[in-house]
Amino acid sequence: MTGLERFQEAFLKPELIARYWPDILSGVAVTLQIAVAVVITGLALGLVLAVIRSYRSRLANAPIIVFVDVFRALPPLVAILIVYFGLPSLGINISGFAVLWLVLSLVLAAFAEEIFWSGIVSVRKGQWEAARSTGLSHWQTMTSVILPQAIRICVPPLTNRTIAVTKNTALGTVIGVGEIMNEGTSAMSLSGNATPLMMAAVAYILIFVPVVVLGSWIERRFAWKRA
Amino acid sequence: MSALLDVRGLRKSFGTTEILRGIDFSVAARELVFIIGPSGSGKSTMLRCCNRLEEPTAGQVVVDGVDLMARGSDMNAMRRQFGMVFQAFNLYPHMTALGNVTLALRKVLGKSRDEAEAIGLAALDRVGLKEKAPSYPSELSGGQQQRVAIARALALEPKIMLFDEPTSALDPELVGAVLGVMRDLKASGMTMVVVSHEMRFARDAADRIVFMADGQILEQGTPAEIFGNPQHPRTRDFVGELSR
Ligand SMILES: Nc1ncnc2c1ncn2[C@@H]1O[C@H](COP(=O)(O)OP(=O)(O)O)[C@@H](O)[C@H]1O
Ligand SMILES: [Mg+2]
Repeated sequence: MTGLERFQEAFLKPELIARYWPDILSGVAVTLQIAVAVVITGLALGLVLAVIRSYRSRLANAPIIVFVDVFRALPPLVAILIVYFGLPSLGINISGFAVLWLVLSLVLAAFAEEIFWSGIVSVRKGQWEAARSTGLSHWQTMTSVILPQAIRICVPPLTNRTIAVTKNTALGTVIGVGEIMNEGTSAMSLSGNATPLMMAAVAYILIFVPVVVLGSWIERRFAWKRA
Repeated sequence: MSALLDVRGLRKSFGTTEILRGIDFSVAARELVFIIGPSGSGKSTMLRCCNRLEEPTAGQVVVDGVDLMARGSDMNAMRRQFGMVFQAFNLYPHMTALGNVTLALRKVLGKSRDEAEAIGLAALDRVGLKEKAPSYPSELSGGQQQRVAIARALALEPKIMLFDEPTSALDPELVGAVLGVMRDLKASGMTMVVVSHEMRFARDAADRIVFMADGQILEQGTPAEIFGNPQHPRTRDFVGELSR
């Protein structure tokens, strides 16, 4: 056996690819669903929290800052396990899918809040003053003047963080969610071969490369004309 | 003569430092009042307290008989009585000149896009920049940006225009056009309060000069009085320094 054949035997066995691709594909569908749901709720919640914070009310800001710090510090796996095994003992039964979505949304929201917030405060104070002096309310200033400038700055770090957090969908495997990693590892133990894991890796790459491309496209779209 | 703007006992502290220490000052309709004084004397803070960009610690600001400090008054509507022009222009970089001028017309006054654009173009025309309507701030010179900023304020038909060092950030060759627009405004009967170091402009356009130092008004009078025969020693020093 040549080296190449040995490599193929260990990582890219054709009959295993043929046998397991439907499983991996169903994992892809689950991963995509969770990822899309996490991106939408996580970014939306992060934006809402950052906008609330801009009103600088001490009452609202203290819980926001605590929430953000906790979810940035906590390893997602710990949060997932606590919620998954904790909620049933409180009489609340939710699926592993829902737990994964909830926890990752909160984690993404925590990071996104910090990113949106730093974008908001990076817009020069004069922009607020100009808008307020023409009678715009705080909300109108935020939506028409500040956020369009802030979000532009936020897109690159948000893209990176969004990808990092959605990759954690692989943690679904520890609570039995049938996402890519789960399908890949069970196929691996059944077949005793790493081929299904390679298939999982390829699936992740196929999912996340377009996200990176989308990120830089959005970045360009938000760049306004400059001389 | 009844004042269009009447400021009484205005005080402002940041933390424990009192920046404005009781300002009394009024401006008649169509008057151009110049405010001069050393840096840090509270000129900007005073202007910003007038439209409550800065919340005064104490005092009254009355515009056309209406007390802006009264509780329950609509702040955003109050602010529109003043047009404000800043040293740093503060144009919105993501909007065209016309977008800058029409934003508040649409969002605050609820004008339709067409209506707002007609008003906006007329305002840009007043500052001689109608043809720059589709340009972004980054495509304009500093002087042009400042004139767009003036148009943005004018479009809302304020009762009083406040200028905070409108030409200090400009290259010398661009100052003239901005001062020209301010002269036209004065000629059209606009009431103006101007913080600036443009002493030649003060001399021939101002009705009155107010000298501020350490958060207080030390002296005021006609340009001839303040520049020709200042009474307070600090005014004398300041004016002497400027004309050197
Ligand atoms: N937001 C602020 N917080 C604290 N101090 C301020 C603030 N704004 C202005 N000051 C202080 O108030 C003083 C007067 O400032 P300013 O009104 O800008 O003076 P001027 O316009 O006459 O140069 C300065 O000492 C400045 O440092
Ligand atoms: Mg100043």
